[in-house]
Amino acid sequence: MNIIETRNLTKYYGKSRGIVDVSFQVEEGEIFGFIGPNGAGKSTTIRLLLTLIYPTSGSATIFGKDVLRFGPEIRREVGYLPSEVFYYEGMKVSALLDYAASFYEGEFRERTRELADYMELDLTRRIEDLSYGNRKKVGIVQGLLHAPKLLFLDEPTSGLDPLMQRKFFDLIRRENRERGVTVFFSSHILGEVQRLCDRVAIIKEGRIVEISDIQTLRRDSYKKIRIEAEGLSPDVFAFPGVTQLEIQNGSARFFFKGDVNLVVRKLAALNLRDVSVEEPTLEEIFMHYYE
Amino acid sequence: MNRFLFLYEFKTRLRSVFWWALSSSLVILLYMVVYPSFAEDMALVSKTMAAFPPEFRAAFRMRDVDISTLLGYFTFIYLFLQIFLAIQAGNYGVGLVSVEEREKTADFLLARPLTRSRILTSKILAAFASLFLTDIWIWASAFAFVYAFRGTQPFDSVPLAKLLFALIPFQLYFFAVGLFLSLLVRRVKNVPAWGMALGLSMYAFGAFGDMMGETFLEKITPFRYFDPHDFLSLGHFDPAFLAAAWTVIVLALAASYWRYLRRDIYSGI
Repeated sequence: MNIIETRNLTKYYGKSRGIVDVSFQVEEGEIFGFIGPNGAGKSTTIRLLLTLIYPTSGSATIFGKDVLRFGPEIRREVGYLPSEVFYYEGMKVSALLDYAASFYEGEFRERTRELADYMELDLTRRIEDLSYGNRKKVGIVQGLLHAPKLLFLDEPTSGLDPLMQRKFFDLIRRENRERGVTVFFSSHILGEVQRLCDRVAIIKEGRIVEISDIQTLRRDSYKKIRIEAEGLSPDVFAFPGVTQLEIQNGSARFFFKGDVNLVVRKLAALNLRDVSVEEPTLEEIFMHYYE
Repeated sequence: MNRFLFLYEFKTRLRSVFWWALSSSLVILLYMVVYPSFAEDMALVSKTMAAFPPEFRAAFRMRDVDISTLLGYFTFIYLFLQIFLAIQAGNYGVGLVSVEEREKTADFLLARPLTRSRILTSKILAAFASLFLTDIWIWASAFAFVYAFRGTQPFDSVPLAKLLFALIPFQLYFFAVGLFLSLLVRRVKNVPAWGMALGLSMYAFGAFGDMMGETFLEKITPFRYFDPHDFLSLGHFDPAFLAAAWTVIVLALAASYWRYLRRDIYSGI
């Protein structure tokens, strides 16, 4: 069953573009990445699905129910971590989480405490005294405490240190594996989407340009390679998959797309002083869609 | 209505209620403390008042007040209470949903399994409760201080009670109009500025009316609808004005629901 389904979802803010004709499906139990640069329409899409804003045209369903007609019912099973977390300043963390829990039926204290322990969040502090990273943790706990079936994570890792990011990813994976939670994960960092997601949609200037599984995306995407060696000439790089070659002063840079074994074998023949192979940035991935 | 939302909203406003109520009761106290000395020299006071140009008196909305009676004197105080309550209620109306949107806590609330109308109803009822709490305090202090400093003046508690009771629709007007105005714009940057502007401009409309005779502006201001001098001379407020006040309240609230249910909640952009 599709947990999320959008059909030609479109949102204009007056005349300025939010998203245009966005259609995709997210299946049950999937971790679905939604990637694009800032301003591409990631938050707009999530806000439409939560009916924080209303579509100009098109429609969307969650759990098979229309989001406009069944919003409150749908949101019972949905957790949301907004990209910017600003919570009621005067409150203590524990009071805020109790307040969040009060909107759902059930008893969530135990789970709240477990989540807070795991994320190393001090429940006794005041929200206003928390650092950005700690507020993010509050956001994570309030989004997960009612054991939702579907999680919207909007740029969840910004502000978390690498160690916490790892713990957070482990938590999301565990929720996904053990409770079958479907996750909609928006980000502008390709690396984290690759680490966590099964499938990914790429959104650019309000439109979906590609939906594919992570393996395919990676296979299709470029590597950025830089080497330093003696005797570099364009002939050395005359094999398929090399683009944008630049050679100067004994160093060369190029993009490579294809079987990495091929390029490694070619480079092995050289006497290298240095080599670096980098993941392309998101912008560089997008070049692919400009060609 | 959602109980938790109601309680949260009510509690966050308690401090504000306390300060508004305290300042209002201090105004009543200050005026009533000097009342005995006024009452002794009533002839002189009336003469001094008459010496002011009529326009000046109109600006302070003292057209034809007979301050030789206790209730006539109380209309001064009443005017101050009205200004206080207009700004307070206007603030609560303007800030009701705009504060959350500005502070970006609206996402937190609207992602919960509540309908928009339930959210708005809970918030409105909590604001009503806050206003009502302010009223109770004001009523109690008005009666207490009038009683304590009335001296030998005769004092009828029924008209005073009616005047004080009329503060409720007066407040609701500013609350409802403030709420509606806040929902016409995407973001309210400064709630007190809006509340102040709403309250003081309505006051000015009333004062213009007094200075320049009947004007259109006079017809839209609750300072005219709930003019205590009318009340004293007629024994009641003008029913047409009362009907106008309630119509505005109901329409503004209905329009606020209409706007809020269709409203896009913007994020931090």
